[in-house]
Amino acid sequence: MKKLMLGNEAVARGAYEAGVTVVSSYPGTPSTEITEHIVKYDNIFVEWAPNEKVACETALGASIAGARSMTCMKHVGLNVMADPVFTASYTGVNGGFVLCVADDQGMHSSQNEQDSRHYAKAAKIPMLEPSDSAECRDFTKAAYELSEKFDTPVFMRLSTRVSHSQSLVEEREKEDCKLKDYVKNPEKYVMTPGNAIKRHVVVEDRIKAITDFAEKTDLNSVEENGSKIGVIASGIAYMYAKEALGNRADYLKLGMIYPLPEKKITEFAGKYDKVYIIEELDPFIEEHCKALGVNVIGKDAFTLQGEYNPAMIKKAVLGEDAAEYDEAGEAVPVRPPVMCAGCPHRGVFYVLKKLGMTVSGDIGCYTLGSAPPLESVDTTICMGASVSAAHGMAKARGAEFNKKLVSVIGDSTFMHSGITGLVDIVYNKGNNTVIILDNSITGMTGHQDNPTTGYTIRKEPTKQVNLITLCKAIGVESVVVADPFDVKNFEKVVKEETEREAPSVIIAQRPCALLPPMRKKYSGHCEITDKCRKCKLCMKLGCPAISVSGDSVKIDVTQCNGCGLCTNVCPFGAIEQGD
Amino acid sequence: MNIMIVGVGGQGTLLASRILGRVAIKEGYDVKVSEVHGMSQRGGSVVTYVKYGDEVYSPIIGKGEADIVLAFEILEAYRALPYLRKGGKMIANTQKINPMPVITGAMEYPADIEKKLAEKINLQAVDALSLAEQAGTIKAVNVVLIGLLAKSTSIDKSVWLEAIKETVPEKFIELNLKAFELGYNL
Repeated sequence: MKKLMLGNEAVARGAYEAGVTVVSSYPGTPSTEITEHIVKYDNIFVEWAPNEKVACETALGASIAGARSMTCMKHVGLNVMADPVFTASYTGVNGGFVLCVADDQGMHSSQNEQDSRHYAKAAKIPMLEPSDSAECRDFTKAAYELSEKFDTPVFMRLSTRVSHSQSLVEEREKEDCKLKDYVKNPEKYVMTPGNAIKRHVVVEDRIKAITDFAEKTDLNSVEENGSKIGVIASGIAYMYAKEALGNRADYLKLGMIYPLPEKKITEFAGKYDKVYIIEELDPFIEEHCKALGVNVIGKDAFTLQGEYNPAMIKKAVLGEDAAEYDEAGEAVPVRPPVMCAGCPHRGVFYVLKKLGMTVSGDIGCYTLGSAPPLESVDTTICMGASVSAAHGMAKARGAEFNKKLVSVIGDSTFMHSGITGLVDIVYNKGNNTVIILDNSITGMTGHQDNPTTGYTIRKEPTKQVNLITLCKAIGVESVVVADPFDVKNFEKVVKEETEREAPSVIIAQRPCALLPPMRKKYSGHCEITDKCRKCKLCMKLGCPAISVSGDSVKIDVTQCNGCGLCTNVCPFGAIEQGD
Repeated sequence: MNIMIVGVGGQGTLLASRILGRVAIKEGYDVKVSEVHGMSQRGGSVVTYVKYGDEVYSPIIGKGEADIVLAFEILEAYRALPYLRKGGKMIANTQKINPMPVITGAMEYPADIEKKLAEKINLQAVDALSLAEQAGTIKAVNVVLIGLLAKSTSIDKSVWLEAIKETVPEKFIELNLKAFELGYNL
């Protein structure tokens, strides 16, 4: 029987069926569930690496050693691993090596909307793009064959709507895949200039050979409906086009988006009055077509931003309006994501806002500290930038500015790429204060373990990185652990550490409220008693459970988890823990 | 059939969509379910699309295309109004959860949403929170609403019961079946 599977789950199934034995990834929406689903299969080594670069190198090493391997990341994670990726293109593989990169059109959960297809072209690595879960499974297996046939890493490009949509997949048997022999081969794997010069020639020849393959492979297919409109599309955009236009268009569906089948495209395009390139984000296929001298319509008709949908394609291609609908006729308040009730970060940002700190922020749930009413975060760029950017800020504006400046970074993000920034501060005589938000888990992507949690992805106990010892080893002499829910003490600690004429680290320690032990620890809900003087100081917490009703403040029992932070903030002792 | 499930992160919309997806497979349809994970879940608006039929291409539902909107919260019902097709049906939980702009006082929670919706569309508004409490836990709101949805489709009740049993953890089956009945028999 066919099973309903997430695209990510189907990639995991494909990897299993293809006989993958080593997987190393760093979590990132919308790619996380691939690795989380691979864990469900036995006899595969799966890990969360500290960051994507490490993950890629681990998987590449496994490939060189003869195993079929995989690494999975979100689009911005590919930036982090770009260094090994470009050279892995030169070394090629031994066992098949597949890199799954999930783009986030529409930025549901990302800091930019980059188009990962450019990496395929830049690194000269072939890229496949499935459009539903069945193809996720099939293309993953095809990617391994391609990888070993052409001695190349292979990209699988996913997107939020492919990764996070469920559709039907038929499970197949696991292939019998043996570890390949490992033979020392420095000319292939030692990329000194002398060897790399020769490998570059191999890379260019390989891309030519794969271009020939692209002309013939079933991954690229033509669907003729006798229409005068031709559509070239891939991935989720193909599905949108198909729903919008049905058999009122003919299609060239590209399952392999790099290298592109030049003859196939030219031949297809020659048959139609109009040819549309339907692709989200950048005009990647369009520019290639235009370089071939093929007359196509792309970004003249479609946007460079966000996600597409069938209605916009219908309008652009057929000139037909979308379905009619009713509207509210008044402003409907937006509902942005918020820190959960009981979130440990709330205490941190309450204090930082109160002290008027400039906050160099990072990537994680705590990015939400930029939203009202806490609105204390000044910058969010990329993983790890909170630490190094604050170093730059302090060097630019001097000691007085630095006394009102902190970095905030999660435990997992600190392990990912915050450590090097801290080394820079210590080495180059900075005096910054870095607050590590240690909530005992990788929160935003849905509770993945990391080197500071003491558990592996399979929940096996392992060595735990001690953040205090680590920071001290780097050369930070003042490392203070403080509970962000004890707001008075936390405020005192922040004041002391920012005044200090030396680098310092505050470890704000309290587990994520959604972790099972905390769900047990917090019980009942908080209540506002008649001691309330309606000062509304508790409203400054931005807790989703506390709101103003008329003149008074009330706590919504369906939202409150009884964490008690508000009882610590109320100056009149008017909030009590109830049942 | 296009069904859009809307609610607030943490209300259990994902489980509802998975039960619905399973029901559609059992009926032999092609199915696509589109979810949102990550940032969008943190107490923000959550939208899930479930589409089934002979062949489904796009996993998303556009404005004016939903046959049924199943709303877990009344403001989210209001927000989803443009997605309901003309003549479609909306099933909405009357529960109110204040979004942050309302909490901070930047915006007001619109008054009389239920009345305004009922004037425009075919609306079934239900206090699913009370029914869930009656079943044993407010967390069962999602399955109460699935019960209501089941009644609005032509799919046999036994198929829904089977799908629930296969989707929820074993120790919660009884509770969820009770919640389903409360919604179904309303």
